[in-house]
Amino acid sequence: MSSLLFATMTPRLRMMGVQKSFGATRALKEVTLEVAPGEVHALIGENGAGKSTLMKILSGAHTPDAGRIELDGQLFHSTNPWHARRSGIAMIYQELNLAPHLSVEENILLGEEPARLGWLNRSRRRALAHEALAKLQHDNIPLTAPVGRCTTAEKQIVEIARALVGQSRIIIMDEPTSSLSELDTKNLFGVISRLRERGVSIIYISHFLEECQVICDRYTVLRDGESVGTGPMAEANLHQIIRLMVGREINEIYPRTPHTSGKPVFELKAVAGETKPRSVDLTLHEGEILGIAGLIGAGRTETLRACFGLDRLAGGSVFVGARERTHCSPTQRLAEGIGLLSESRKEEGLMLNRTLADNLTLTRHGPLAKFGWISSRRQNRVTLDWMQRLDVRARSPAQPMCELSGGNQQKIALGRLLHHDAKVLLLDEPTRGIDVGSKAQIYKLIGQLAQQGKAIIFVSSYLPELLGVCDTIGVMCRGDLSEVRPAAAWTEHSIISAAIGHRASQNSN
Amino acid sequence: MERTAKLRSFLNVLGPFLGLIFVVGLFCLSNEVRPYFLTGANFKIILIQTVIVAISALGMTLIIVSGGIDLSAGSVVALTSVVGATLLVKGYSPMAAILLTVLTGGAIGLINGAAIAGFRMLPFIVTLGMMGVGRGLAKWLSGSQTVNAPETPVNNIMALVDPVHLLPLPPGVWITVGLAIMMAVVMHQTVFGRYVFAIGSNESTARLCGIRVRLQKTLIYAIAGLFFGLAGLMQMSRLNQGDPTAAIGLELDIIAAVVIGGASLNGGSGSILGSMIGALIMAVLRNGSNQMGWQNYVQEIIIGIVIILAVGLDKLRQKRSHLS
Repeated sequence: MSSLLFATMTPRLRMMGVQKSFGATRALKEVTLEVAPGEVHALIGENGAGKSTLMKILSGAHTPDAGRIELDGQLFHSTNPWHARRSGIAMIYQELNLAPHLSVEENILLGEEPARLGWLNRSRRRALAHEALAKLQHDNIPLTAPVGRCTTAEKQIVEIARALVGQSRIIIMDEPTSSLSELDTKNLFGVISRLRERGVSIIYISHFLEECQVICDRYTVLRDGESVGTGPMAEANLHQIIRLMVGREINEIYPRTPHTSGKPVFELKAVAGETKPRSVDLTLHEGEILGIAGLIGAGRTETLRACFGLDRLAGGSVFVGARERTHCSPTQRLAEGIGLLSESRKEEGLMLNRTLADNLTLTRHGPLAKFGWISSRRQNRVTLDWMQRLDVRARSPAQPMCELSGGNQQKIALGRLLHHDAKVLLLDEPTRGIDVGSKAQIYKLIGQLAQQGKAIIFVSSYLPELLGVCDTIGVMCRGDLSEVRPAAAWTEHSIISAAIGHRASQNSN
Repeated sequence: MERTAKLRSFLNVLGPFLGLIFVVGLFCLSNEVRPYFLTGANFKIILIQTVIVAISALGMTLIIVSGGIDLSAGSVVALTSVVGATLLVKGYSPMAAILLTVLTGGAIGLINGAAIAGFRMLPFIVTLGMMGVGRGLAKWLSGSQTVNAPETPVNNIMALVDPVHLLPLPPGVWITVGLAIMMAVVMHQTVFGRYVFAIGSNESTARLCGIRVRLQKTLIYAIAGLFFGLAGLMQMSRLNQGDPTAAIGLELDIIAAVVIGGASLNGGSGSILGSMIGALIMAVLRNGSNQMGWQNYVQEIIIGIVIILAVGLDKLRQKRSHLS
């Protein structure tokens, strides 16, 4: 019934042929999206499909290269976030965007403070904040309490209340439930229903398709920057949607180097972190490439960090070889021959203003130094050697890291683990943000390392590469790791199902 | 390929060096001042005046390259000058007095480092606190009076023998030169030095790469403290007394010298040679301004402007090298 109703009305939002490129990458190729007034519209797609870019265009953070956007039938040209907000488009970000030291009411009206000539009208501010919370039936939250002391669910409500101040027409919710408990999620759905009744349109982005089925009226699926399917949620089944999400050919070649697995070298038993992971068991063998798939925030990075000693282990045990070595610092882990490649190359992985040579040799000065005295000549020779073997394009070992391209930077970061001669390599998103050529080289390198008997854990959000490179794959969902199975036993479809916690299809496998 | 890198590191040192020549040239412009300014005897004085800032700058370079800061340096210099003079008054042998003075500085640095590394406190806050503590301890120890040191060989370290000629330079100057060479080698050719740069460049990377960041940081502040203690000894030797109210604001001169020398307050870059030239620039500016008969306030304004200019030029140069 509702879908019939929508068809007759002027759509609240109509985005047609929207395109956006960043340098050589085409983030959005051709996107069409239509949302009716009072509709909850699910925007679905894999990591990197272009959802965030599209919503950033709508909220004014990016300008589109081409395409037309209409808001209630009128051409809408958002130039900056402030303008979009004034036009009634509010975005609720995945990471809560609140000022923890300010009070609830200050946060709700941040940037829209009622004032005359810069003089704050406090009683009006309180009234407006109260009104916004009342609309959500959450006027029990104390207005004067600092937001930092609120619970996560309350913060979420404050975020939404912020969107309600000043007549929002569209509210974009980006993964609103990723930090909520089941009960809070139910409450949020209540809020969404009330907003819908008030005629507010909601664009709901979530990886959890079952949630979308419960709360959304219609859906649009994005894949590789294109809108590939749209329709009423009630008529769609999850398998169809997942097929739309995945539906791509594996067009890259994954060079496979023959290798065989040997004895176990690294074992995690019920490993748990402060919040994530909840419980992870795995056994990594010599010469094995073990892939870990999962959505962003599923706890993959946290697992690697905890077992490398960067974060505190809250429970479980870690075995290196046959010996239990649970609580170890990164220094000790490196001494045991375990190396970690960080997912954030720029923030954590590399010293960008230091040279290639310094970055490559940081963990192991032994072969370059005598009694703590480093030979620059030897350091340069070693670096040149690795640059050649990894095909790093740079002028010299003394060049600062920041002048290299992402792919070459990543090769140096990997080179550090190789120079360290690590036996167990924990690789967190080793191909993130690098060009296709470098990706293929890194795949090949990983294969060669396995052939030499090194054990590799390969965390990635890009399913084709996991399926193409790994021997075995496990999937993480909300802090838990599934059973690790041979790569051949998985399909993209079954991995996504497991990643979003869709049990039915997991059992059918 | 190698050559461009070498050229770049050469240019990095060349910048401050050109600054030094520029400042010296500036004071030579005046026909009245030149005959007094441009003499061996005056340069001897400038070098002696540089010693205290230069020795402290050795420690401060270590700290700033590692991404930290030490505001307690001036107070530590005052405290250790009082400690040294008091020990000599009490009849300790010069050798024992020297050792204990330097170690006092090291102990203060160790406390700073332990607090910063152990409790993950901000260096700015910890050393700001220590600035007050050090000054207070100096006043307490001396009863808020200057402590006159008895006649001992310690006084010879900074004594101005033969004030007419450049040579012989007092031992203090040679000690500074020797320590500077040693520290330059330590920064560039030792694993410890590499770790200092690594921590300042990116602390997360350092941790990821198994560097014991806390231990290294504690060491860095302790070693710097030793240098501040030695600077305090030089201070005492030069004035033949320990003065609890001496060296107020000296930490800012030291930091300025290091920054003029090309170090970034964000950490990860800086050089000993640069810092030494920076210290010289500061001393030449003060000495030249005195010779010109400028009022104290003029000096302060000029030195302030020079610091801003030096850092501004450095930013410009860095931007250029990033573009190329």
